[in-house]
Amino acid sequence: MSNATKTSIHRDVLGASALRPDGAAKVSGKFEFSSDLHAEHMLWGATLRSPHPFARIISIDLSAAYKIDGVEAIITAQDVPGKKTYGLISSDQPVFASEIVRYVGEPVAAVAADHPETCRRALAAIKVNYEVLTPITDAELAMLPSTTQIHPDGNLFRHQRIITGDQNLQGEIIVEATYEMGMQDQAFLGLEAALAIPDSGGAGVEMFVATQWLHEDQKQIAACLDLPLEKIRITLGGVGGAFGAREDISLQVHCALLALRTSRPIKMQYGREESFYGHVHRHPAKIWIRHHATRTGVIQRIESRMVFDGGAYASTSAAVLINGVTHIQGPYKCLNATVDGYAVRTNNPPCGAMRGFGVVQACYAHESQMDKLAVACGLSPVEIRLINAMVTGDKLITGQVVESVAPVERCIRETDAIEMPAPLARNANALEIVGGSGLTSLPHNIVRGVGWGVSIKNLMYSESFDDFATARCQLQNGVVNLKFATVEVGQGFVVLAPQIARSVLGVDEVIIDPVDTRIGSAGSTSASRQTWMSGGAVDGACRLVRQRLFEHVGTKHNIDPLRLVIEDTDVVDMLGDFRISVIEASTGVFIDETFEHHHRPTEELDENGQGNCHVAFAFVAHRAVVDVDVELGLVKVIQIATAQDVGRVLNPIAALGQIEGGIAQGLGLAVMEEIVLDNGKMRNPSFTDYLLPTALDAPQVIAVMIEEPEPQAPLGAKGIGEPPCISVTPAIAAAIRNATGRDLPRVPIRPQDICL
Amino acid sequence: MTVLIPQSLHDALAAATANPDAQIIQGGTDLMVEVNFNHRKPTDVIALRRVDEIRNYVVTADKKNVVIGSGLPYREMEHGELAQLLPALAQAARTVGSPQIRAAGSIGGNLGTCSPAGDALPVLSALDAVINLQTATTSREISVHDFMVGVKRNARQPGELIVSATLPIINGWQGYAKVGVRNAMVISIASCCLVIDREKGSIGVALGSVGPTIIRCRETEQWLAMQIDLKNISIVAPNLLKEFGDRVAKESKPIDDHRSTAAYRRHAVATLSRRLLTRANTQ
Amino acid sequence: MSANSEVYDLNVNGQKRQVRDAWVGESLLYVLRERLGLPGSKGACEQGECGSCTVIMDGQAVCSCLVMAATAIDSKITTVEGLTQDDSLTAVQDAFITEGGVQCGFCTPGLIVAIEHLLDNNPDPSQLEVKEAISGNICRCTGYGRIFEAVNTAVTTRRATNL
Repeated sequence: MSNATKTSIHRDVLGASALRPDGAAKVSGKFEFSSDLHAEHMLWGATLRSPHPFARIISIDLSAAYKIDGVEAIITAQDVPGKKTYGLISSDQPVFASEIVRYVGEPVAAVAADHPETCRRALAAIKVNYEVLTPITDAELAMLPSTTQIHPDGNLFRHQRIITGDQNLQGEIIVEATYEMGMQDQAFLGLEAALAIPDSGGAGVEMFVATQWLHEDQKQIAACLDLPLEKIRITLGGVGGAFGAREDISLQVHCALLALRTSRPIKMQYGREESFYGHVHRHPAKIWIRHHATRTGVIQRIESRMVFDGGAYASTSAAVLINGVTHIQGPYKCLNATVDGYAVRTNNPPCGAMRGFGVVQACYAHESQMDKLAVACGLSPVEIRLINAMVTGDKLITGQVVESVAPVERCIRETDAIEMPAPLARNANALEIVGGSGLTSLPHNIVRGVGWGVSIKNLMYSESFDDFATARCQLQNGVVNLKFATVEVGQGFVVLAPQIARSVLGVDEVIIDPVDTRIGSAGSTSASRQTWMSGGAVDGACRLVRQRLFEHVGTKHNIDPLRLVIEDTDVVDMLGDFRISVIEASTGVFIDETFEHHHRPTEELDENGQGNCHVAFAFVAHRAVVDVDVELGLVKVIQIATAQDVGRVLNPIAALGQIEGGIAQGLGLAVMEEIVLDNGKMRNPSFTDYLLPTALDAPQVIAVMIEEPEPQAPLGAKGIGEPPCISVTPAIAAAIRNATGRDLPRVPIRPQDICL
Repeated sequence: MTVLIPQSLHDALAAATANPDAQIIQGGTDLMVEVNFNHRKPTDVIALRRVDEIRNYVVTADKKNVVIGSGLPYREMEHGELAQLLPALAQAARTVGSPQIRAAGSIGGNLGTCSPAGDALPVLSALDAVINLQTATTSREISVHDFMVGVKRNARQPGELIVSATLPIINGWQGYAKVGVRNAMVISIASCCLVIDREKGSIGVALGSVGPTIIRCRETEQWLAMQIDLKNISIVAPNLLKEFGDRVAKESKPIDDHRSTAAYRRHAVATLSRRLLTRANTQ
Repeated sequence: MSANSEVYDLNVNGQKRQVRDAWVGESLLYVLRERLGLPGSKGACEQGECGSCTVIMDGQAVCSCLVMAATAIDSKITTVEGLTQDDSLTAVQDAFITEGGVQCGFCTPGLIVAIEHLLDNNPDPSQLEVKEAISGNICRCTGYGRIFEAVNTAVTTRRATNL
C-alpha cells in the first residue's frame, strides 16, 4: 500500500523502525488508559452542564440531590477556593458558571457519589433556574458594536492585520472567493478521564490525567485550588489520542476539587456525548480572499478577511488566528498583502487547538484560490504552484525570512511523479465503488477527479512564547534512564526517546521513567513540536552524559576525552586503538544530567502583522484522486499521493503512521466530519451522526518523505504530525471540483453541495 | 428486577404474556443504546437470544414463501440460500451497521424499533411481508404496512412477541440501494427497495428514511404498470425513467435534519429508484 | 432460566465468573471492565459505532457495549485478555507491533479481536474482505494503512505456522 522503507539497521537507533515499547501492552489490552484507573474507596464524579447556549442562572437548588443515598458532595462556583476561571491564553472560562452560561454544555455543578448511576440521578435532581437569553451564534453579528457583549472581556478575542508592500497593487489577473469551513471534532477514541487522590489533610492532590501538557494543567489546577504548584502532582494517565482536544482543561479542576472536598479518591470520565461538550473543537471559519497575479500566474498580492468563530471562551483562539493570518499566503512567494483576521466570541461551543491549528482553514482557502488562478492563467494546478513555490530565504508577508529548509518545489514534483491509480474497473467489486455495500452506484455512475493541495506549517509555538522542553538522562552500568514530562498521546515519543539515547550513548537498554510533574515542563504535545523540542532535550541530556562518560573514561585510561567517540556500542579513541564497551565504561558510575531545550526566540506581531513570530516551517504536497457519484453527490477517495518535507526520518514506520493518520483526518474534514450546530446546540454529538472515516473510506496512501535535514532542528528532523492533515483537505475538495465542475466553496462537502 | 432467558418459543410466549410490561431484547443493538444513554431503564427483561425457533428461517412446502424468524441475525441473510431467494433482503442486510452489528441485529429488532431508517424495512414493505405476532394463547398475522404505525411506533400489543416475517419468493427482480455519507457503517439518509414480480406484472417500490415510517409508492407503482409491460424485461425510455423517479420523490415525505435535507432526500430516492428500475431491466 | 439481578455467572475466557450486585441494564462491556477486572475491552461510543469493545461471543464478534450482560449467562465470551493463556502474543498482536498498527492503542484491543475472528473464519482474506471485516472498528490515529499491513503480515505468519 505504501512505500514504507523497512530499514535493516540492526540496532534501534535513530533511523530504524524501532518498535513501540508500549506495543505489547496495547495489543494485549494491558495498557492502562486513564479510563482504566481505579483507587480503593474511590468515588465517581460527574458534571452538570447547561442545556442553554446563553442564559442567566437565577438559582441552583441542590437540596433534592443531597438527599440521594450515596451522594457525597456537590460543588458549584462558590466552592472554587482559588481563581474562579481558567484558560490557556486568557483566563476567561469559569470552572463552574455562576451567573451566566455561555454555551450548551458549560459546567454548572459537579457531584461525587458511590456509583456512576448515583451520579446521574444526582445530576438529574439538581434544579437550576435559568433565564434564557437570545444566543449570538453568528460570528459576524457578534463582532458588531451594537451586539450584546457575551462576556465582560468582549466579543473579540483578537483582531490582527497584516499590512505589507503596495496596498494599491492591482493584478492583471484577479480571482476572489469566500470559503467556509465547518466545525471539526478531534474525536480521539479514549474519552476524557482522570483520577484524583487527595493528600491526607487535604493539603494537595495526586492526579492521573490524560492530557497533552502536564505542567500547564498543574499551573491552572493549582490556581483554581489556591494551592502551591508542588501540591498538585500530576502523572500522565494513558492517553487514547488527543489531536489538540486535551490541551485545555476539561475535568481536571472538577476532579481535584471533589477529591479535596470528600477526602476520597475521585474518578471522572466522560461518555462520548459529554466529550463533545467537554472539549474544544476546530474553529469554523469564513475566509474572503482575493489574489492578484500577473498574466503568467505570478502572485503579486493577497487580500483577505478571515473570521474564526471561537465559541464562548478564549482557549487558544488568539493563537489559532495568528496561524491563520500568517499562513494565508500558503507556501508561495508573495510581497504584498492586506489581511484582516478576527477571532470572535459567540455562544457556540468553544474552539481551540486541533491538529493544523488555524492553518487548516487558511490552506483550504489559499489552495482553492490557486486552482482558480491556474484556470484564469491557463495553467495546470501543478504549474501554478511551481511558478510560485517558496524557497529558503524568501520573505513572508510578516516580514519574516524563511530560514527553514523549504523544498516546496521538490514536494510538488515528487508527488507529481507518484503513479496514478488504475481506473475504476467496469466490473469493480461493490466495495471498491462509492457507497460500498449500499450498492448505491455502479461504475458508470462514477466520475474520477484529481486535485492538488500544498501547504506550509509553522512548527512549535509562536509569538515570543518560550515553549521549552526538559529531559533528564541517567547512565549506570550500560543502562539509561530517561525522565521527561513529554506526553505520549500515540505519536511515538516513547519509541523515539530511546532511539536518541541509543544513538548518542551507544547503549541498548533504555528505561523511560514515569511521565509526571516531578521534572521540568516538556511543553505540550502539539504544534508538531515534541520531536524537535523534547527530542532536543533528550538529545541534549544524553550529550551531557556522554561528555561526562568520556571524561570518566579519559581520566581512567589517560586519554584526552576530546578524542573519544561512540561507535556502535563502544567508546572509541578516534586517533588510537583504544576501545571499550559503553557497558563496561559505565559500570560502577552514575551519571545524571538534565537539559532544557529552548528554540530560538520569536517576536510578537506588531499592529501591521510584522515580526519574526514563528520558529520554523515544514512543507508538504498532496494529490488526491477521488471517485464521485456526481448525480448523488457521494465521494470515495481513491488515492492520496504525498511528498512531505520531514527533515530527516527518525523512525520510518512511525513517520508513515503519522502521515497516513493525518491524511485520514483531513479526508474526514473534506467529506464527512462536521459538528452540526443549530442555534448553539450540537445536533450530532455521537458517533452515529458525527462520522469518522472507516477502513472502507481509507484511500491508498503513497508517501514520499523528503529528507533535507533542518539545520535548526536538534536532530535534523522537522515535526511531522500536522502537515499530513492540512493540504489533503483542499486537495480532495479540488479533486471533487475536477470531477463535478462545481465551485464547492465550503468543507465538509455534503452530497447536496455536489448534486443539487 | 429479573432477566428471563427462555429456551423455547413456548417459554418465551408464556413469559411475555405473564409480564406484558417486560422489556423484550433480541440482539440488543437498539435497546442497549437507549439503556447506555439512560433513555430507558428496564427492570424486567425477556431476552430472546436462546429461542432457536426464531433464529432460523424456513421455505414453505409450496416453495412460495420464506418465513424468517424474527431473531435471525442479519449476517445469516447476506449469503447462501436465503440470499438467493431474497436478494434484496441480503443486500439490505449487508448494509446494516458493521459486521459486529450484523452478528446481533435482526428483523425483529428493526420491526420492534420501527425506525424509518431500519435497513430491512423497505424490503419487507416492497415485498408485502406478513408479520406474525403471538402471545401464549393467540397468533395473528398482520401486513407489514399495518404493522408500521409511525416513527418508532408499531402495532405490537403488550405481551405479544414478533415471531416471524413471511416474504414471498418472487419470480422477477428485486434490489436494494442506500445512500449514506460514509462508505461503510452508515445510517441511511435515503434508501429504496424495488421489486418486480414478472408473473403478476407488478412492481413494489418502498423508501426508507424519507418519512415517518417506510413509504410505499403505490401511485407510482400503478402508474408504471400502465406505462410498461412489467411481465417482460423492457428498456424504460429515458423520459419514463425520469418521470418514474420524479413520481417516487413526490410520494416521499422527507424532512430536514442533521443528517441531510428534505430536498436532497427527495433527489436521492428519485435517483435510487431510477437506478434500481434500470438494474431490474439490465441485470 | 432466570438471571437474578443480584448474582449471575458469566463464562469469560474459559472461566466461570460470578457477577454480584449488578444492575440488570448493565452492558457486558461495563461488567467486564468494572466488575470482572477485565479492562482490555474499551468503550468509546456506547452505541456500537466504534468497535473498541469488540469481544467474541458464541463464535461471533460483537460489540460488548450492546450486549446486556445479564442475558449472556449461557454464552461463551472471549475478550482480548483471553486470546492467549500467558504473556505470549498472537500472530495478529505481534504484527500490530511490528507493522506500526498501534499508535494511541485505544482501538487496538477491539481491532485485534475483530481480526482474530476474521482470520479464524477466513484464513486468507482479500484486501476488501479485511476492510469490510474491520469497517466497524474506528481508528482515529493510523488511517488504517499500518493496520492493513499488520493483517497481511499476520496472515503470512499464521500460514507459515500452520504448515
